[in-house]
Order: sequence, then structure tokens, then C-alpha cells
Amino acid sequence: MEEPDTEPPLTVVPGADPARTQLCFEWGPAEMLLCETLFGRRGGERRGAPGGSAGPAPTGCGVAGGGDGALGPSRVFVVRRDQDIYMETLRKLFNESHGIFVGLQRCEEERAARARNAQLVQVSKNYRSVIRACMEDMHQAAISARDSALHSQYSIQLCFFQVSILSAMELIWNLCEILFVEAAPAGPLLLRLLDWVQLHICDVDNMVREVLGSENPSKHKLFWNVVDIFVLQGRMDEARHLLSKEAIANPTSMNMYKILDDLMKKMPVPSLGNTQTLTEMELKWQHWHEECQRYLQDGTFASNSHMESICKILLGDENAILEKKELMTTWYHFLVTRLLYSHPTVKPMELRFYAQSSMDMFLGEESNPEPLDTILMAAFEFELHQVIKECSVALSNWWFVAHLTDLLDHCKLLQSHNLYFGSNMREFLLLEYASGLFSHHSLWQLGVDYFDHCPEYGRVYLELHIERIPLNTEQKALKVLRICEQRQMHEQVRSICKIMAMKALRNNRLGSALSWSIRAKDAAFATLISDRFLKDYCERGYFSDLDLIDNLGPSMLLSDRLTFLGKYREFHRLYGEKRFSEAARLLLMLMTAHIAPCSFWMTLLTDALPLLEQKEVIFSAEQTYELMRCLEDLTARKLDKQKFQDDDVETMKVEMLRLALARNLARVIVKEGTLEGS
Amino acid sequence: MFVARSIAADHRDLIHDVSFDFHGRRMATCSSDQSVKVWDKSENGDWHCTASWKTHSGSVWRVTWAHPEFGQVLASCSFDRTAAVWEEIVGESNDKLRGQSHWVKRTTLVDSRTSVTDVKFAPKHMGLMLATCSADGVVRIYEAPDVMNLSQWSLQHEISCKLSCSCISWNPSSSRAHSPMIAVGSDDNSPNILAKVQIYEYNENTRKELTSSGGLTKFEIHIVAQFDNHNSQVWRVSWNITGTVLASSGDDGCVRLWKANYMDNWKCTGILKGNGSPVNGSSQQGIFNASLGSANTSLQNSLNGSSASRKQS
Repeated sequence: MEEPDTEPPLTVVPGADPARTQLCFEWGPAEMLLCETLFGRRGGERRGAPGGSAGPAPTGCGVAGGGDGALGPSRVFVVRRDQDIYMETLRKLFNESHGIFVGLQRCEEERAARARNAQLVQVSKNYRSVIRACMEDMHQAAISARDSALHSQYSIQLCFFQVSILSAMELIWNLCEILFVEAAPAGPLLLRLLDWVQLHICDVDNMVREVLGSENPSKHKLFWNVVDIFVLQGRMDEARHLLSKEAIANPTSMNMYKILDDLMKKMPVPSLGNTQTLTEMELKWQHWHEECQRYLQDGTFASNSHMESICKILLGDENAILEKKELMTTWYHFLVTRLLYSHPTVKPMELRFYAQSSMDMFLGEESNPEPLDTILMAAFEFELHQVIKECSVALSNWWFVAHLTDLLDHCKLLQSHNLYFGSNMREFLLLEYASGLFSHHSLWQLGVDYFDHCPEYGRVYLELHIERIPLNTEQKALKVLRICEQRQMHEQVRSICKIMAMKALRNNRLGSALSWSIRAKDAAFATLISDRFLKDYCERGYFSDLDLIDNLGPSMLLSDRLTFLGKYREFHRLYGEKRFSEAARLLLMLMTAHIAPCSFWMTLLTDALPLLEQKEVIFSAEQTYELMRCLEDLTARKLDKQKFQDDDVETMKVEMLRLALARNLARVIVKEGTLEGS
Repeated sequence: MFVARSIAADHRDLIHDVSFDFHGRRMATCSSDQSVKVWDKSENGDWHCTASWKTHSGSVWRVTWAHPEFGQVLASCSFDRTAAVWEEIVGESNDKLRGQSHWVKRTTLVDSRTSVTDVKFAPKHMGLMLATCSADGVVRIYEAPDVMNLSQWSLQHEISCKLSCSCISWNPSSSRAHSPMIAVGSDDNSPNILAKVQIYEYNENTRKELTSSGGLTKFEIHIVAQFDNHNSQVWRVSWNITGTVLASSGDDGCVRLWKANYMDNWKCTGILKGNGSPVNGSSQQGIFNASLGSANTSLQNSLNGSSASRKQS
């Protein structure tokens, strides 16, 4: 199967001149950066007059233009793909089709083939109604924009343009639904095609309204056009109703009218139910056809060219039908009319022959088919892959082909066409579509579900895309995290938490940084932040973010320093609640169990001072001995390091501590000595 | 569908490199005017320059962002034989109101004896590491063991490529299946040089060098597709985020995009090219030209029933 050999689409970079500069570029997650540059102008070898404000010595500056005139400063360009994603008016389309898509993936498959078929047809109809709704909204928006003259010509034009694109999409989808999803058999096939034509050739509605609304419809200049169009679309009752007005207005044609009316009334049509078989219908139709033939040949309608032409149409006379080209407007309308009046029991597989010949007859020899024509033709020929391929080329975003292909895949149609890459094409298109969604600041969430339903590469794509989502706010970061956690994407979770922690730390929001690093399970970072907290405390005398530290719970164990921070705060709490002996025990434990960093021991001992000075004796003798040992350890270490340091404050502190400890020891010995007695 | 908008960059001389940060919300440009500019994207999609400062005493060839896990960090390299690492300092409140931020130099890497032609940070799972390459063919790999102290970098490896180097690229894969790898490209014009691209793989004991032509190689090299559409020298190639689209830029002033379809057939799926008309300042008009491509208008035409108007009589 050949690729449509089209020229790759050209994107204009406004202002860049390929004759004078080259473009250097960089990929971004949603956009691409380009900038004008000269690749060849590098290195010290190529010298010239230094550009700009460079100094006298050659500094390897790129020569701005050099000998061939001033280049001017470079421009930077931002290139964005999937521009459609950003259209507000299409938002509804993306959101609602997402719901249908997910529903289709998750719904329980019906066992019975017919029930399953009905299920899939319903899904297809849902998609189409979403397209229609979006189209109508956009049409309204375009009209009001045009009327209010507030928007630019450009944006109004774009709206109308989008409306026509959506209309084309619905046209194609509808045909695919008839031929592929519903797979209408001979008989109902024609009825469906008639509905399809009636629904999509809307130009006639205005005309109809005008004629019907006029005082004397049969005198209206477009009267016969309307009758003709009803006949061409198989709308017999409406045609007959109009004709009756003509008969009343023109009694001389009463006879002709009665016959024509009768013929139109009797025309056999395929039925949807089981009331007749195809063979029965064909037989009836044959008889009816012969009857029409007789009347025509008898010259019954000879005096009224309009009625005669209608009779010829009823007989399926191609030339007569083709005369009404202007009314039908498209070759596929012509096709359906032809089928209605010459092969109403057409089988699906026979469509291709009639389609090709209809297009040739309607368009004539020299004209080239437009993309829409090619797509519809491929559908009539049941060339599914061709349909999808042509649509991919003609449409500007992947929405249509991704959803349609997915639906066709659920109908098990892709596999039978070509086993080798059948299911891969579905995934390929869904991945393209979903990737595009990720460039949008809120639509990316829809993309997640699409990736979830791509079994082979979905996960990898999701991992790559989700870590690039800008984490502007905490809420967004939490949303992204939840998605990653649900899917056990541990590395992404860790990375996102780390990024948030780093950002918080840079902005000096220690509490936030700490909670993010706990979530990232990043012990090193938690240690770092705990150190900062402690440093802050030493400087300011109080803790920030108390809530967080108080409620650390088991995450305290992430890092030693964090544990210390938590426990230290607990000490302060106990002290505040006047639970002195518990506080004392904790304080001592922090030093003896080496949870506290050595640098903090002085502070801890200083914290012990108020406990030592209490009226009531808090530290036991043993505890006091421990404290003394700690103090001696501390001073010994300090002496090692700072030989000639004479820090008066430090020495005074140490002296005070020694005194307080000694005093406490004295009191406690007495107390413990007398405890036995009383 | 691609759409291009231009931004007035305000460098006083030629720009040599543009770089996006990890999330695509900030960018950096560097120029022969010896400065680097940092741009931030606002909520409504406009780009504002939030910093502009002189970084080197020669043309700045490349600028690159570190992974945001390490904070807001940039590296630049220059003709002045140095590479530098910069960190953004959260500014005073009045700076923030003016939308300006400050970048301070954390370290200068002065080991090179010639112009430093490229600088790239390693993938984040390797820690805070970067590689530089120089015109004299030496690739240097540096590491900052303490990620909170960006002023301490130690030179971990020096690789002598024996060819003038113009660019480097790290293998971004974080899979444990293979060791870290770096590719080095050369612009050496000597005719007897065959291997213009060299790939180095880190081995705990030694550094093993695997070249793309001749000699023992661990990797099988297949040519998957070849295109000569640029019809001129190709200067840069780069993969997109998912590794599915390759972009190339050549002397013909175009950027071409290459992609494989689901049958693994590679073809050109887009061309980005200037139209030569000078546009002043930043322009939103470019959107009009680009989005109503020819394919779309014909679809619209056929829907409006223009096929009927082509009746022959």
C-alpha cells in the first residue's frame, strides 16, 4: 500500500531569510525554538571586523553580516504544533469524546453479535453527536462574532473554516458508520445512504423553506426545484404534498398529477424490518418500473416537461438525473439517487463500481478529485486503511483518525484487513493524538487516559510526557503526582517531589521543602533541610512550620537529622507542657543515643539549664553524671579543634553548665538519699 | 499543523544557541555579543526577558539548562576557552515585581586550551555532571559531588578524541541495562579522517571507546533511512522528547522534520523555512500564514460543493 506522496507541509517562519541565515533549533515539550544563525561563522579562523560592542582584539565574534551588508540581530521563533488544541471552541469536542473513548474501552463486550453491533453503532452515534454539537456551537460563535464586529476578520474566518471541517468530519464518519460499523446489508443500506444524503446536503433547506413559506408555493419560481430535490432524495411524501398544490392550482394537469402521484405512492422501497425479502422487493420493483416505463412511453406526461422529467428520474434515467446537478451539488448525492432509482437492493460490495462511475459522470473528465472526494471514494471501496491515511493527511490534527480508528478496531475490522500492523495503527494514532494533548495546560489530563489504553508504548509515552508538565502550582503538582502514584511510576514521583522540594528551598519555604523531600523519600535532602531548620532555630530562637514538624510521624525516620529535628521539637513541646521529667529523659537520650549532631550538643546542654535550675529536682543522679560526661566530651572535642580560641561566651556557658550540674548533683544526692525514708 | 511566532531577541550580535528548560517554560539564548539572556513564558504564552548579562569575554557558543531537580542552573561555553555554571538567585521583592532575576556565576571551568565548543549536562540519574568539548579535541567530564554546592566541580575524566570536536550529546537513557554513554561529533575537515562521530561508554575500570566505523564495536550500526533533501551541509540534528521525530537543520536555511509511520517508513513530515520578508518586532500575524495550509482549504472547498461548479458543458 503506497503512502500518499504529498509534499511535506511547509511552515513559514516569518521574517527568516534562508538565503542569508540558517536556523538553529531546540525541541521543547510542547514547542520548538528556532533562531537565525550562521553555522559557519565560528572559531578563530574566520575573522573579520568584530561585531557589536566587542573589544579591539578578535574574540571570535560571529561577524554580523561581514562583507555582505549588515545582518541585523538574530530573531528567535517559537514554533508550536497542534495549534488546534488551543482552540477554545474545540475544547468540548476533546472533553466529550474523551468520555466516549474511555467508556468504549471499559464497557463490557456484549456476547451476541447483534447486541455488540448495536452497542458499537451507539458509540459511533455518540461521537457524531459530539461533532455536531461542537459544530453548532462554533457556527453560533462565528455568527455572533461576525455580527458584533468585535473580532478580527481572521478569527471569524477561522471559525467558519472550522465549522466546515467539522461538517466534513461528520459526513465522513457517518458514512463509515453506515458501511463499517453498522455494516448495513443490501436493503437497509440504501435507506441509510438516503438518510445520510438528506442530512448533509443542507443547501436545499433554505430553498424549501422559502417555497413552502410563500403564499402561492406552486407559483414560486423555485417550486419545481423543490419538488425535484424531494424526488432526488426519495422524499416521496413531501414531493407528493407539493405536487398536490400544483394540481389544485392547475386543474388541467389533474390527470397527469393523479398518475404521477400514484406511481410515487406505489414505489417499492427496501424495508428495515423483516416484512419482505430482497427478492420479493426486487420483483415488486421490477413491476413498478415497467409501469412507469409504460406511462412514459405513452406520452402521458408529454405536455408537462417537469412531470416528464420526474418520471424519467423515477425510471433511473441517468441523463435526466444529471440535469439536476445543481440541486444535488455533489457526486455522492448523485450516486445515492442513481442507486435509489436503478439498484435499490445494491449490495455493499457493489458500491465501489457505482461510486467510481458516479464520480466520473458527475465531475466530468478533466477535473481532479478533492481530498474529501478521495476519502469518500475510499470508503465506498471499503479501503479502510486508505480512508484513514487520506484523513490523516487532509486534517490538521489527529483527533478524527485516532477516534475513528479506535472504533473500527473495536469492530475488529482492522485486523482482518491486514494482520501485520492492524493493531499497531490504532496505537500509533492514539499516541500521536494524546501526545498533542500534553502540550496543553489542562487537556493533558485527557491524554493520560489515552496512553493508558495503548498497551505497548502507552506507559513509556506517559512517563516521558508527564514529567515535563510544568508544575506551576502545588495543586497541579499534586494532581500529576496522584496520576503517577496510581500507576506506580516511582521514578517520576521521586523526581517531581524533588523538583518541588528544590523550588521551595530556593524560595526559603522550608516547611514545604521538607514535606516534598519526605514524599520523595530523599534522605539526603531531608537532612539538608532539617539542618536549615536547626540553623534557623539557633539564629532566631523559634521554629517555623511547627505543624509540619509536630506531625511528622513515622516519616521522621527518613533521615537521622530529621529524626533529631522531630524529637528536638518534641522536647520543646514537653517542656512547654511542663512534663519536665519526660523532657529531661528525651534530652539526655538525644545526646547519648547520638541522634543529635555534635554541633548541636552545646545548644542541647544549654536547653538543659532551665531544667537544672528548677525548684524541683528533675535530673536523677545518674542522668546528671551522664550530662556531665557529655559536657566533658564536648569540651574535650572543642579543645582539640580550637586550640587558641578564647571564646568568652563559650567559656562562660561551660562554666555555668558545670556549676548548674554540680548544684543539681548535690541536690539530687540528698534527695535520693532521703527518698528511702519518706 | 505548525505555527511560528517571532520574538525580538535584542542580542547585539549573532545568536548561536537557544535552549529550552526541562518544562519548556523558560529559555536561554547566547550570542556573539558575549551575553546570555533568559526568557520566561507568562501565563498567556508571551515571552519576557527576565535576565541578560555578560557571561564571557568571547562569543558564547552554547547554553544549556540543568535538570530542575538541581534548581535553576545554566551552563555556557565560549570562544574564550572557558565554560561557566550559573545559578539563579531568588531576587529581592522589587526585582520580582519588575520581573527580573539575577544569575550568579558559581564556577568557571578553565581547563581547556582552546575554544570550548559545546557543553551539556548529563542525564539526571548520573547526578550533577556535565561534559565540555573543545576545538583541540578534548572532552572533559566534570562532577559536582555536592549538588547544593555548585562552586565545587571536579574534573572526573579527560578524553582525547584526536579530532577537533564540535558537539556532544549524552545518551539520555536511564536504563540499568547499559552504562552512561556520550557521543562526540567532529567538524574536522581532514580528508583522511573517517570516524566523525565517536561514542564513549563509561566503564568502571577504563573508558572504552567505540567508534562508528572500523575497529571492534559493541554496537551494530544500521542505516535506517537516508535523505539528501537539504542538498547542503547539515549542521544540527536532534530528537524530540519521545525520540519519535528527528529535526535537522542545514545550510539551505530550512529545518526538516523526519518521522516514521507505523510501518517504520521514514519520511519528511514537515519543513520550517523562512519566507525572507522582514517582520518588525514580535508578530502574531505569522499564524495566519501557517495554519490555513493548502490541504485544509481544499477540504473546505470540496465540502462547499465546489465540485458541482466544475461541471463541464
